[in-house]
Amino acid sequence: MLVRARALTKRFGRFTAVDGIDFDVRPAEAFGFLGPNGAGKTSTMRMIACASPVTEGELSVIGMNPATQAREIKARLGVVPQTDNLDTELTVRENLEMYARYFDIPGSVARSRADELLEFVQLNERANDQVEPLSGGMKRRLTIARALINEPELVIFDEPTTGLDPQARHLLWDRLYRLKQRGATLIITTHYMDEAEQLCDRLVVMDKARIVAEGSPLELIERYSTREVLELRFGDAERASLDGRLEGLAERVEVLPDRTLLYTDDGEKSLDEVHRRNIAVQSALVRRSSLEDVFLSLTGRSLVE
Amino acid sequence: MSAATAPPAQASFSDSLRPATHLFHRNWLVYKRIWYRSLFFGFLQPFMFLAAMGLGVGALLAHSNPNAFGPVGYIGFLGPGLLGSTVMQTASFESTYPIMNKIMWGRNYEAILASPLSTRNVVIGELAWIGFRIASISTIFLGVLAIFGIARSPLALLAIPVAALTGLGFSSWLIAFAATQTNDIGFSWVYRLVINPLFLFSGTFFPLTQMPQPIQVIAWLTPLFHGVELMRGLILGSLDLGAAPWHLAYLLSFFTIGLILADRSLARRLAS
Repeated sequence: MLVRARALTKRFGRFTAVDGIDFDVRPAEAFGFLGPNGAGKTSTMRMIACASPVTEGELSVIGMNPATQAREIKARLGVVPQTDNLDTELTVRENLEMYARYFDIPGSVARSRADELLEFVQLNERANDQVEPLSGGMKRRLTIARALINEPELVIFDEPTTGLDPQARHLLWDRLYRLKQRGATLIITTHYMDEAEQLCDRLVVMDKARIVAEGSPLELIERYSTREVLELRFGDAERASLDGRLEGLAERVEVLPDRTLLYTDDGEKSLDEVHRRNIAVQSALVRRSSLEDVFLSLTGRSLVE
Repeated sequence: MSAATAPPAQASFSDSLRPATHLFHRNWLVYKRIWYRSLFFGFLQPFMFLAAMGLGVGALLAHSNPNAFGPVGYIGFLGPGLLGSTVMQTASFESTYPIMNKIMWGRNYEAILASPLSTRNVVIGELAWIGFRIASISTIFLGVLAIFGIARSPLALLAIPVAALTGLGFSSWLIAFAATQTNDIGFSWVYRLVINPLFLFSGTFFPLTQMPQPIQVIAWLTPLFHGVELMRGLILGSLDLGAAPWHLAYLLSFFTIGLILADRSLARRLAS
């Protein structure tokens, strides 16, 4: 196991940020922490990255103890934080070469790695520019390049695409995917379902400082949701007179403020049944189940509120 | 605090030196773009001050009481005092806004601490850098004093390490303070209530013997006074050998306590 946690707990005074969680991250997999803001994902990441001491429980990272071997662990780790923390007083290339120095990487090695990494994140044309004028996506890519300067075995991404436009997100996903192809182990926190489904081999769902489910995206969907979901929107009048009329149409019905979700294995069939019962629908959509539905069924809330 | 919540074990101060040099290097990388500007102003500022106040005000004083400042005159008294206050002000500035920037606005330390460096490496690296900056400014300053014929004894060179020690005392305490702050409002209080009074009442512009007894006692308890006394003694060759060890002991303790506080304060802020 690359990371092993047992009854891992983080408290700040009386506040419990992480409440006795267990998980294992295997070598060369992409492991996700999915959950809403405040679920304890970042606190967990900070403990793994040796940035925050463990309050209680066990944690081993690359076979070492963060409390006593932080320096050794950090030498083999890459961290991409939630908020960019590039050195804005240095150029793009200096950011990489200076960071290499913190790892005691010799100058000539640092220069050739910086070249490779700038290529990898498609920033080679901006090498001598200042950091400030770069776009959000470029800064994120530079932060990723910086996290890879020590050729880490384990790379931690804390909400890697929050705040990026769709194009920048896809480019970033592609880089993360390639990184995994090269054999790196990735830990990714996110509150985006699509991101977790795209990138993670296995993931845990966190809510209120605890792990509420664990598995591959597909396993989680099979276990906690149906194959398909029928999303219905109603006019206000129809909505008010609905009670009981949707009964028996689906395994589970979830009423959200703006729409109603019917969990069913055959969405079209359920929709036909809705029409047969003369329920006036404003719009209807049949889609595959996603991790969002898993989270909803586990907690009764949607992830991004 | 229970044993489990204690911060991770850190290397000793001596083991922290090598990683700390990386931080020094980072600051050098930024500074080398502007070093000539910084040193030019480091020259211009004391030159103008001494010309205006030393020669201008000094001439007036010489009329009213020709022997008040002995053979060196007012400018000789003022020069080392200005060196002391310049050291304090430079150290204070360098240890407040730039440190807070690296803690929370630019988050540089968050990035650096994700590398093998520890908060202790960061504290030592920053202090080494500030010590270097103060030493270089003080060297220029001594050159200006030599131009005005104030620094004559070779012992004056010893004022450089004393200047660095004095500055590092202020630096370490202010880094410790900066690490407890969540915005920069606290800094203006420190400047108004600590730095400015020390600037005026530490024997910089006039001898403390002019002041009422209570103020003299208070001055004895504050750090800048001891730094200024030592620097003035070394530069003018008038060192009071009985008092000098006490001044030095004060400055050393001031810095040592500040260093311990800065180390703890930064660890509490950034590694909790």
